[in-house]
Amino acid sequence: MAQKQQDQELLQYESRIKVPYTWSVGEVGSRFLMELKENRKIWATRCPSCDMVFVPPKKTCTYCFSDIHEWVEVKDEGVLQTFTVVRYETPLIPGKPPYIIGIIMLDGADTGLVHLIAGVPHDKVKVGMRVKAVFEEKRKGHILDINHFKPI
Amino acid sequence: MNGVEDITIIGVGQTAIEREKPADTFADMAYEAVTKALDDAGMSIDDIDNIVTTSNDFWDGRTISSMAVNDAVGAGLGKNITTVEGDGTFSAFYGMCRILSGSYKNSLIVTHVKGSISDNIHITNGIFDPIYMRPIGLDSLNTAALQMRRYMAKYGISEEQCAKVSVKNHANALKNPYAQIKKTFTLEDVMDSRLIADPLKLLDCSPISDGAAAVIISGEESAKKHKNAVKVRGVGYCADAYFLGDRDLADANALDMAASRAYESAEIVDPLSEIDVAEVYDAFSYMELMWYEGLGFCAPGGGGKLIDRGVTEMDGKLPVNPSGGLLSGHPVITGGLIRLIEACLQVRGDAGDHQVKGVKTALAHGVNGACGQSHCVWIVGR
Repeated sequence: MAQKQQDQELLQYESRIKVPYTWSVGEVGSRFLMELKENRKIWATRCPSCDMVFVPPKKTCTYCFSDIHEWVEVKDEGVLQTFTVVRYETPLIPGKPPYIIGIIMLDGADTGLVHLIAGVPHDKVKVGMRVKAVFEEKRKGHILDINHFKPI
Repeated sequence: MNGVEDITIIGVGQTAIEREKPADTFADMAYEAVTKALDDAGMSIDDIDNIVTTSNDFWDGRTISSMAVNDAVGAGLGKNITTVEGDGTFSAFYGMCRILSGSYKNSLIVTHVKGSISDNIHITNGIFDPIYMRPIGLDSLNTAALQMRRYMAKYGISEEQCAKVSVKNHANALKNPYAQIKKTFTLEDVMDSRLIADPLKLLDCSPISDGAAAVIISGEESAKKHKNAVKVRGVGYCADAYFLGDRDLADANALDMAASRAYESAEIVDPLSEIDVAEVYDAFSYMELMWYEGLGFCAPGGGGKLIDRGVTEMDGKLPVNPSGGLLSGHPVITGGLIRLIEACLQVRGDAGDHQVKGVKTALAHGVNGACGQSHCVWIVGR
């Protein structure tokens, strides 16, 4: 690919960067994801100092830096705090646009879970709507073992 | 050397912000900004005793990208050069701290980015946690949309109020020779522009841009009498939670804290009355309204009314983004440093056609991270 500026050809090169990574999920994250896979349950951690309940679970409290060891189950349904209807196509999301992303405050949790919203026309989604997790039939220990949240 | 009261900004330089600069390498852009800043300060590279370069490896497409421009920024052989990955306001903060350490006298801060050369959706997806957030397809656009909706829902802010920011800043950009987009847009143009991710529309979003910028910060006693001397009166820096669900996206708590620190140092009690002009990080229209609140120009939720009342227009009580802001050109990384440069030019009276009259105190604001995760606030003045 070349462009011309005055008499000089301007060259450009295409990148060939493609670097594989293997990320450790960690003990806490692995337990959370395996509960999704094995039991279709959503587990959180609770800070012993400030009582905040984290989903996804944290090993260290965001708010007070305490070590967290206590696990609590939260419900697989909650309240939609915000959402967007994404209109552009991206290979990063399965399916065609428009698709909906939301932040859900699950019952029993103090932090929001970012996830996909589906099973509703995009002009019917509302902040404050109650939604429930729809699990994949075949689960592999991944955040997308919850396929999406649907309004109830 | 005691504190920020001994710090002076004496040179600034920026390239034109453009959609793409196919004729320029990263080094070409950095060199242009650096030589402009040196010329502005009336200095040679020999007067600089340390350099802070700033870039992002994902945007550049190479690792340790900040070290790859060392020849173009005059680091030569043996000069102390260090790097920051983040917004330019943070590297300026670091450059200032190096002087305050007592080890250096003159810091050269350089930032560069090319948004044009890769895929912004992929790059900004890389901001997020790979286990829980990336698989959802998050990127800078759709997370901004989540924040905009949350902000509107919590405080009753309207899409029109957000759109007014875009109208104002684009109008201001007509008078800034460095701006990328110089075009007048009406409220209807913004409201009718293509939906990107509801409620974000195309003209609520800053464009993809290339650009570089540089500033020279001095701790020399003689710098206080330099023809360009702009005094640093206060700087504050604060970061919020990384996970989006760990904070209420409607509130700019980290900015509130960063601003409070800067105001305390600058002895500012009522920012709306005491600051004459502000350059803030308007990556998206709604953000400018949120930043009004975080900066204490109004109470939380008051950003919509502030723009309705015209307070932040060029002829208002506190003009915000007379340069046209990022909505008129957004080289990431460089974005905040340009805000600082513009604030300095306003204090000097050198802002040209977009000069605000009688500026004694100016505010510059930089952001790094998704949905305004971290903020740096500078108060500069005569």
